[in-house]
Amino acid sequence: MNRWLLWLPLVLFGMFFAAVAVGLMIPKDNIIESKMVGKPMPAFALPAAIEQRPALSSADLKQGKPTLLNIFASWCVPCIAEAPQLLALQQAGVEINAIASRDTPEDVANFLNRWGNPYTRIGTDTTSRVQLAVGSSGVPETFVIDGNGIIVYQHIGEIRPEDVPKLLELLEEAE
Amino acid sequence: MIAETGLIALWLAASLALLQFALGAIGLRAEREDYFAAIRPVAVAQGLFVTLSFLLLIWLFLRSDLSVRLVVMNSASVKPLLYKFAGTWGNHEGSMLLWVTVMGLAGAFIALFERSLKRETLVATLAAQAFISLGFYAFLLISSNPFERIFPIPAEGQGLNPLLQDPGLAFHPPTLYFGYVGLSVAFSFAVGAMITRDVGAAFAKAMRPWVLGAWIFLTLGITAGSYWAYYELGWGGWWFWDPVENASLMPWLAATALLHSVTVLATRDGLRAWTLMLAVVAFSMSMIGTFLVRSGILTSVHAFAVDPERGSFILALLAIYIGGAMALFALRVGTVKEGSRFELVSREGALVANNLLLSVILALVFIGTLYPLLVEALTGEKLSVGPPYFNLATGPLALLLAAVMAAGPLLRWRRDNAKALLNRISIPILVAAAALFALALFATGMSVLALLGLALAAGVAVASFAPLWKRNLRRTPIHTYGMIIAHFGIAVALVGMASESSFTEERLVAAKPGDEISVNQWKLKFEAIEPVAGPNWTALEARMTAQYGDGALYQIQPQNRMFPTAQTQTSEAALLTRWNGQLYVVLGDGDNEGRWQVRVWWKPFVTLIWLGGILVALGGFLAMIGRLRRGYKQRKQREFVEAML
Repeated sequence: MNRWLLWLPLVLFGMFFAAVAVGLMIPKDNIIESKMVGKPMPAFALPAAIEQRPALSSADLKQGKPTLLNIFASWCVPCIAEAPQLLALQQAGVEINAIASRDTPEDVANFLNRWGNPYTRIGTDTTSRVQLAVGSSGVPETFVIDGNGIIVYQHIGEIRPEDVPKLLELLEEAE
Repeated sequence: MIAETGLIALWLAASLALLQFALGAIGLRAEREDYFAAIRPVAVAQGLFVTLSFLLLIWLFLRSDLSVRLVVMNSASVKPLLYKFAGTWGNHEGSMLLWVTVMGLAGAFIALFERSLKRETLVATLAAQAFISLGFYAFLLISSNPFERIFPIPAEGQGLNPLLQDPGLAFHPPTLYFGYVGLSVAFSFAVGAMITRDVGAAFAKAMRPWVLGAWIFLTLGITAGSYWAYYELGWGGWWFWDPVENASLMPWLAATALLHSVTVLATRDGLRAWTLMLAVVAFSMSMIGTFLVRSGILTSVHAFAVDPERGSFILALLAIYIGGAMALFALRVGTVKEGSRFELVSREGALVANNLLLSVILALVFIGTLYPLLVEALTGEKLSVGPPYFNLATGPLALLLAAVMAAGPLLRWRRDNAKALLNRISIPILVAAAALFALALFATGMSVLALLGLALAAGVAVASFAPLWKRNLRRTPIHTYGMIIAHFGIAVALVGMASESSFTEERLVAAKPGDEISVNQWKLKFEAIEPVAGPNWTALEARMTAQYGDGALYQIQPQNRMFPTAQTQTSEAALLTRWNGQLYVVLGDGDNEGRWQVRVWWKPFVTLIWLGGILVALGGFLAMIGRLRRGYKQRKQREFVEAML
């Protein structure tokens, strides 16, 4: 055996040590921003969640006009809380598309009958694959998307009444 | 006074460890017989004092002595007795004291019972063991004194992290620590052998029980930890490739490789340098694991033990021990004689394949775990490496490893031919092929990896019993049975993993009392929601009845618990175990209109994962008993012959 090879473990360990020592010195912070903000929407095509609304694909999100993409679920309690705000946004003329996360058609239909349906298109994402690709880790989350399909802004958690003006402003800027 | 006595005992133990190291180091250099003779009693005394110190800490926790800072921070007088007891090591200081106590006891045990090793190697081993302990003593006495008093004395303690208030805690960390410490003994043996250049079958036989013991505990620790995370976190998963889980998996992978290579060394006197390196790597992985958990350098669900300052201390210890051992390896192994040679198709060949595969898997897990750290150190960018990488990178190799595991025990030592092997393994191959065919036909929608995993598991399960073919069952040694059961356990666990990943069904609903939820053949009726109170928590409990098909009705009660002293909330999943799987129900938050988030999984054969783990550990235990018994018999025979002469 080559005698120099015997030093290899020590060299590898030295590299590990250096990387870790540097890592210890970097201060930690725990704010996780979506990597997708500022980037184009990943390509996807989801089947329709309910019969009354068409399916959703990434092509629907670059029609030249800014839109909102809302990720929700019928089993999600905060999604109920944000329903009035979404309806208000829709009445203000905003196009809202949705991804239903890990849901069934009946549950989605019941949910929308009860809490209102502000959505133009609803895609169903039974395995959360698209949800994760967009950079969302929970429900509800709402993305502002410009007319070219670029993600401009990510709103994590339910939309409260005080969040509505900011979203409208962002939509206007994205024109 | 108890706290002070404990601290004095700890100081005494630390001084004895220093003495033990000095006796060995100076004794070996000056070849002093009297120093060699003194090192055994010193090692025993060190073990006794450090044990005394640890027992006194337990006593302080049991009495809820609120004048001790550690008790105040991690316990409360209203806590159930079991958690007061387990709370002793449910924190940084206590767990470090537990670690050094187990090390001290291991040293004492070697000093008392090890008789087959060359004396110089034994002395070097004990000195190395004391040297490792010294680092931990320094750590405890300088920066994390567990016996520190607090003034003014508070009226009540802050309680233990609610996630840790579970019987699993009493069991899981100590089990892993026994494993880590067992590997530290193997490490000390390797260092001792490198110092005296005495690497051979006798050395391997002395080291093997420690490796086996460590491996059994690690297997149990990982199995228990996996089950604990599965039911306590309420996420329904049994392995998340979380950095801390990886930190316990990596020593296990290294120990598994070491276990097999040390057998080659003991039986055929081969793989000398490799076995030494593995012993060093295995302990390095335990230290790195401890470091990753304690330093908080990686984000993880185990973030309850984090402190960057302690991280630097462990990192310094790591550099001294591992860097030192690796330098020693580079300097000395060139002068250790090569062991005996073997053909490619042979038992040794299969064991080398096992070792290489395990090492590559270990490297892949290691890289995946530390890659985010490396990227952040170099570019400042944050990222995380998730299950897709780990499953894809390690899955195929693990399946290959399982195939080697099926074939290996059917090969002869030194040389064999491939045709004869094919002959011996034909039935398991047929079984695997039949299983593959049946699954491909009937179970649609399975991932390729899971499909191959299930088919292979069937073949491995049969193959693991093949070594018994045409053998006298009563004269087959116990350790052979141990191997068979351990290998069979791997097949069982593999079935559980593949089944869980392919056949799990999930339902998420916002339900109110009176609603029905169905998943697979199960019908759940949400009867009511009621407040309940425990010794140190209050909870909202959902009353549900579950029915499988038209079968019997079962009561299940998932809870959402509040711990007022710690101001935290945990969800207690309700688990219903049947022979063919588990029903897993989690109660989430509610809205103000009487609806509750309910998450239900049906996981077919998921329990086989942990049953397999237990079988593997049981196999290891039988192997250890078999080996120890044979070693004892051989020594008695030798002594008898010597007496006759």
